[in-house]
Amino acid sequence: MKCDLCDKEAVVHMTQVVNGEMKEVHLCEEHAIAQGIDLNSPISITDILMGLSGPQKNIAHELSLACPRCGMAREEFRKTGRLGCPDCYKTFMAELTMAIKAMHHSGQHLGKIPAREGVQTKVKSKIARLQQDLEAAIAREDFEKAAKLRDQIKKHREENTPDDGSKK
Amino acid sequence: MTLDGLLQRHGGWLESGPDEGPVISSRVRLARNLRDTTFPGWASKEVRNRVWNEVVLAFDGVPDNGSFLRWRMDELSTLDRDLLFERHLISRELAERQTGSGVFVNEDECRAVMVNEEDHIRLQSLQPGMNLQKAWEIADELDNALEQGLSYAFSSKLGYLTACPSNVGTGLRASVMLHLPGLVLTEEIKPVINAVSKIGLAVRGLWGEGSEASGHMFQISNQITLGKPELEIITNLEQIVLEVIEHEKNARLRLMSKQEIRVHDHVGRAYGILANAALMATGEALDLLSALRMGVDLGLTPNMVRRDIDRLFIRIQPAHLQKEAGVVLSPEERDIKRAQLVRKFLEGK
Repeated sequence: MKCDLCDKEAVVHMTQVVNGEMKEVHLCEEHAIAQGIDLNSPISITDILMGLSGPQKNIAHELSLACPRCGMAREEFRKTGRLGCPDCYKTFMAELTMAIKAMHHSGQHLGKIPAREGVQTKVKSKIARLQQDLEAAIAREDFEKAAKLRDQIKKHREENTPDDGSKK
Repeated sequence: MTLDGLLQRHGGWLESGPDEGPVISSRVRLARNLRDTTFPGWASKEVRNRVWNEVVLAFDGVPDNGSFLRWRMDELSTLDRDLLFERHLISRELAERQTGSGVFVNEDECRAVMVNEEDHIRLQSLQPGMNLQKAWEIADELDNALEQGLSYAFSSKLGYLTACPSNVGTGLRASVMLHLPGLVLTEEIKPVINAVSKIGLAVRGLWGEGSEASGHMFQISNQITLGKPELEIITNLEQIVLEVIEHEKNARLRLMSKQEIRVHDHVGRAYGILANAALMATGEALDLLSALRMGVDLGLTPNMVRRDIDRLFIRIQPAHLQKEAGVVLSPEERDIKRAQLVRKFLEGK
């Protein structure tokens, strides 16, 4: 199984029931250490997801990380749970990705898009939605529908050159 | 119109709406932030002022912008800020903020835009009764109009970027205010709250923190803001709220069929205290008015209408009483004024 934060093999697997719902986290060795996980002591998955746990002395270099736009330090973010500016989402992406998935059970926006956003954003959103429908079709073993959705996704991808990721 | 003018009027969201009875009102809130701009909690005074000015300019693009009143928090007294809070037009957090923070409110109080609260913009649409869809349509329309003049911080992956990751994505918090005395009296409220909480919705008391709700008022809202389109979030919430309403109606029916005399007694005693007390604290008034409101719904108080009681829920609060009196009052003086206000109302019935 792959790490939730990168493509490496996960070596740490954790499960906990949060609000009656089972959550699983899989991390590679590097990200497990980066999150300060000590496998010899009991640990709260919520704390890990929020980046609040672990022996912080080992990650002093990470605590010194600060957002280049607004200057918010990781320590400040961890203390308040609030970000300093929209760029902080990029700066603190690793811990935010996990926290957001834990809170929302999703990492992909499927809602409204501001009119000022470009065509690429709209295409990406369309593909994300088709991808979700595809996963649902596979889950209910509707393979005919899944094949159609797969083709639609492929067509959208071919018609539109993907850009380098999210924009603010 | 000045802020004092609000006192002479009643928020449009307190008028009658669909599925009234257990439902007071429906609300949709959207969190938005400006691109390349520090969030209010971390921003300098200069940045906060710039954001306020940008929002003022963006309001020129709102079709009926003339119907909006606006106030900056640093220009208002504590009492005035409390008044806006009691009318559900601003949050407690905004009331405590200063430079660059303020609010735009349209005349019927069904739309409000908070500036420099936790996010640069918190846009709110309130509707009477069970009307989440309409509340969403109105919020969406106002959002579109403001967006013409503002560049929002947005990511194709995470949607609208917010100061707290719990709001990221749609930035949408939809909620319904409910009056649930039947479930409280039949002691079924806790299982209902637990069941609703387990399916990803939040329940909290409308007045006061925690689940102990004064006046048996509760607010149910979505917690998840990312990974679902706005209408799906709203429809999910709506379905659950309709089920809770059904539970409440059934609880009331059971109370009336099995314990009618006790219900009469409960409502009658509430009326007796409200009509005669000389001192009344806010919490006590909310609980007694709640009993009276249920009495209206069950046809036990024929001279009264629900809307008048809903208005009293707002008017008995501390800042409203003091604004009406025109002076700052001590807690005991407020308790006297509150008792007088309620007595006067009931004498007129």
